[in-house]
Amino acid sequence: MSSSISQAYQGAALSVSGLCKRFGDRSIVNELSFEIRPGECYGLLGPNGAGKTTTLRALLGLTPFNGGRIQVLGFDVPAQSREARARVGVVPQMDNLDPDFTVEENLLVFGRYFGLSSAQVRERIPGLLDFAALGAKRNARISELSGGMKRRLTLARAMVNDPDLIVLDEPTTGLDPQARHLVWERLRALLAQGKTILLTTHFMDEAERLCGRLGVLDHGAMVAEGVPRELIAQHLEPYVVEVFGDGAQEWLAAHRPAIDGRIEVSGETVFCHTGDPDPIVALLRANDSVRYLQRPANLEDLFLRLTGRGMREEG
Amino acid sequence: MRMWQWPRPSRLSLAVLRRNFLVWRKTALTTVLGDVLDPMVVLLALGYGLGKLLPAIDGVPYITFLAAGSICMGALYGASFEATYSAFSRLQVQRTWEGMLNTPLSLDDVLWAEILWAAAKAVKSGLAILLVVVVFDIAREPTMVWIPLVLLLAGLTFSALAIIVTVLARGYDFFMYYFTLVMTPMVFLSGVFFPVNQLPAALSAVMQWLPLAPAINLIRPLLLGQWPQQPGWYAAQLAITAVLSIWLAAVLARRRLLR
Repeated sequence: MSSSISQAYQGAALSVSGLCKRFGDRSIVNELSFEIRPGECYGLLGPNGAGKTTTLRALLGLTPFNGGRIQVLGFDVPAQSREARARVGVVPQMDNLDPDFTVEENLLVFGRYFGLSSAQVRERIPGLLDFAALGAKRNARISELSGGMKRRLTLARAMVNDPDLIVLDEPTTGLDPQARHLVWERLRALLAQGKTILLTTHFMDEAERLCGRLGVLDHGAMVAEGVPRELIAQHLEPYVVEVFGDGAQEWLAAHRPAIDGRIEVSGETVFCHTGDPDPIVALLRANDSVRYLQRPANLEDLFLRLTGRGMREEG
Repeated sequence: MRMWQWPRPSRLSLAVLRRNFLVWRKTALTTVLGDVLDPMVVLLALGYGLGKLLPAIDGVPYITFLAAGSICMGALYGASFEATYSAFSRLQVQRTWEGMLNTPLSLDDVLWAEILWAAAKAVKSGLAILLVVVVFDIAREPTMVWIPLVLLLAGLTFSALAIIVTVLARGYDFFMYYFTLVMTPMVFLSGVFFPVNQLPAALSAVMQWLPLAPAINLIRPLLLGQWPQQPGWYAAQLAITAVLSIWLAAVLARRRLLR
């Protein structure tokens, strides 16, 4: 696969400014702005219904929006969305591989949607199969593939036009840990080639491993944006002590005044956010009725801090 | 406003047609068997069996009368199954359209390709029966060379009408309404099996506007070696329905997919 960073566009690979999208009087995306630099991996995080998928659809020119401006690789969307899509690879949330075709035919047919000739696509197929580690499955039907293989094929299919920007909507949802690690490894290989990546995810470890920068979306607006480690430092105490087990509530009631830190209770678990975990741990060591876990604050803590612990319905 | 625009396809539509062709090629043998054998049995059984008991219609043996109707009915079913059940699988169940829309293909491209593909299936089904008609020497007239052209126009109309139902459908069950409430009355009341002058005038006047009737009005004389009485008018009837249906399907498809 050729590694090309086409720098026809100046500055940002993607720029969204003041994006607004309403369905009737319901606001889905509200004054959303962000930029992605060429070669960067940017993560859009947010609970269900936060507007992630709508934003992706808008930047592909698949939904009209009520306000704002979108430029993808220098192309104005929606006016030049066809040109933009020609330079973008998309991995959708749910697989939409063609079940009537083999692995190889899927790549061939999809490549032709980009206006490539059959010969041009055939030339690229060995490299794509290699990339997806599906060389041995080239003549297999889609129904014979595992979930991980299908995802890898979808990823390879998104590369058929040798795109500059790759957009992935929850790329590893539903995969087992092995398959997930393989997808991450492939995405890092793409970054090493100089591709720009935009992904949405629910998995904080995925965002932390892959994304140089990320934006947290809630109710269609950006609630925080930046480098993962810096965001955590900015919004949270450095350590978390999780206390859980049947006696967690009683333990909290008994020791609340002695705890120096911010307390959150979620279900059966007590979260103590603190700059100094040692006194809390010392208290816990003296108590057999609860279990505990001491760890640095992570992206999941940040996510929950910013978007709350309430359940979100599918939106 | 873009939402209401006439759908304009690009050259890339061909890639969608080629996709459908590649799928079809994998199962062509079995489907051609069904396309030829099924209507052949109906035509020959009804034509020779029932035809024996019936007097000639307008001086024409029943099987020859029925042949034109069978060709049109075959085209109607060929287009309608493709543009409803099969197209809906690609739209909703397999998410094939969704994948296409993530490429430079536009919704207009995809929609046009689906309509043209279903029209091609109509032509193919109609031609299969035409072949039976010729092979069994039911009719062999020079005017029959015009039939494929009529099939293409009628096929476009049938397909466009059916694709409207598809972009409205939420599940396969929905197509039962179309097949029961539109297709079946159209097949039985448009002159496939008996001349429409047997119907009450008001009913036949309505049926004349559903696209199966003008298709039969064109193909039946051609099959009998005659020139249709008002070829321009019948063709215009088909074309008007096609244009309105293609436009409406595009508007509804945009409302469904590009919102």
